[in-house]
Amino acid sequence: MAAKKFVVGCFDDEAVLFPAVKKVRAAGYKIHDVYTPFPVHGLDQAMGLRETSLHTAGFIYGITGTTTALSFMSWVFVSDWPLNIGGKPHFPLPAFIPITFELTVLFSAVGMMMTFCYLCQLMPFVKKHVFHPRQTDDKFVMVIEVTSKSNAGEIKDFLASVGAAEINEQIAETGWWYGRFDREDRLYAEQPAPLNV
Amino acid sequence: MKDQFVVPAKLKTTSFVLMGIGVLTLLIGLVALGGEHGATRFWAGILQNSTFFLLIALACTFFIGVTTLAHGGWQIAFRRVPEAISMTVPVLGGILFVVLMILVFGEKDGVYHWVNAEHVKHDAILNGKSAFLGNTFFTTATVITLGLWIFFTIKLRNMSLEEDTWDLSPETGRRILWRNTVWCGGFIVIYGLSVGSTTPWLWLMSIDPHWFSTMYSWYTFASTWVSGLSLIALFVIYLKKNGYLSFVNEEHLHDLGKFMFAFSIFWAYLWFSQYMLIWYANMPEETEYFKPRVWGEWRPIFFLNLIINFILPLLLLMKRDTKRNYTSVTYIAILIIFGHWLDFFQMVMPGSVHELNFPWYELGIGLGFVGLLIFIVANQLAKAPLAPRNHPYLKESIVHHT
Repeated sequence: MAAKKFVVGCFDDEAVLFPAVKKVRAAGYKIHDVYTPFPVHGLDQAMGLRETSLHTAGFIYGITGTTTALSFMSWVFVSDWPLNIGGKPHFPLPAFIPITFELTVLFSAVGMMMTFCYLCQLMPFVKKHVFHPRQTDDKFVMVIEVTSKSNAGEIKDFLASVGAAEINEQIAETGWWYGRFDREDRLYAEQPAPLNV
Repeated sequence: MKDQFVVPAKLKTTSFVLMGIGVLTLLIGLVALGGEHGATRFWAGILQNSTFFLLIALACTFFIGVTTLAHGGWQIAFRRVPEAISMTVPVLGGILFVVLMILVFGEKDGVYHWVNAEHVKHDAILNGKSAFLGNTFFTTATVITLGLWIFFTIKLRNMSLEEDTWDLSPETGRRILWRNTVWCGGFIVIYGLSVGSTTPWLWLMSIDPHWFSTMYSWYTFASTWVSGLSLIALFVIYLKKNGYLSFVNEEHLHDLGKFMFAFSIFWAYLWFSQYMLIWYANMPEETEYFKPRVWGEWRPIFFLNLIINFILPLLLLMKRDTKRNYTSVTYIAILIIFGHWLDFFQMVMPGSVHELNFPWYELGIGLGFVGLLIFIVANQLAKAPLAPRNHPYLKESIVHHT
């Protein structure tokens, strides 16, 4: 767990946020993340995020489900416990299709959901640092990492010039840890990890 | 910005050449397909093509209807394209009406067994169905459905053209939305009661009059709907590649691609729903439809149909990049339209012609219909600006982002 230093800019309006994101990127600052109350169309492109590979993962989970269903049912009804059901053949493919479909959907849905949670670092009993208490309520929050090539004061001035309504500096964990949002977490609050900055 | 389509000479020539091929095939068919059995193939080929092309043109009216009722904004930038395609409904409807009347009153009992009164007398099942599969009901239902389709198609098109002459104001916007919603609502009800229910039973399922399936109409609908969407995509890409439709970009293409992907799966779902129940129950009066198709000489077509219309679109359109690429969507759209043409081929032919021939005749007639379609659509597109400029959702469509 590495703690890093961040400059947090808080915006009131997406119309201000959007050009600000572009300007911050053009100036070469490293955007850690942008938190918005609703999905802002085109923000991922503006931030330069790469295309997600979640759908590839979903396809692989789906194929796994298809194979699991077909191979298990074939094994059961062909070799392990063949039954005569209405005089149908022992490998009745049409009868297997609905279950194969269900397992494909189940595997890909559950698998994609868990992958999504992992990628976003959202899980039950897992906590992440919240940069602004209203970041998912009505404020648009842009978090910029302070790297060895930039300094906090400079970034603050820049954010003020692009229209941030509220600017502050925070030292925070980048990752997740065991904890709950509805309880005060003492582990990292009491012992901040040494800074790498 | 090029907003007014001018029919290029090349497109006009292409459409005339295709129509020429169609007429030539018809004449060759008239000579080559003489005799008792040949005449059946002659009429079955025309029936297959005229229903198929009429229903995919009508699917474009349906596209306007559903997107309007769903208050969709993304399609407004290219709404003139489905409108132009839907304007082939009056012509194709007229052709189909003539064909059906010849089949029924000319007693072409090779295609429709139930038009032969002598035959019906000795057939208990056909006798029992004679109120439904009889000349009177058939003609009345056909006239009413075709009339309503043509009426609503022309109405929706004329409203859209008329709205271009209005002044741009909030009141105009509200009026456009309101009257489009009302008329599209009316059309959807008619469409549901015809294509979603009785019409495919009368025109296509009655080729196998002893057999029935309640899934059949939905199956036909899914087939024509996905082909209609592919046709819209093809014309949108054509216009885009020629420098028109400057408001349309990959985002709109992506959504059309998603529709093609989703409704290919929907078609497979309905195909399977019809097949599996019949397979499971295994009752002779139901399995007779699938016997020649699955175990007879139609077996290769039967599986080719599944591969082209389900497996290939499923795998090819799954990736985001293929849906956003003009070239790949073009090829897949052509594949889907051909696949569903083949689907109609295997719906019509086994019950009428019985044996499987290389479909030179059916393909030739099909190309003729394609030529006619291109000709009418191009002329209709040239009639009005390509963007409905007063539509309140036009801006939403321009900034559309998937």
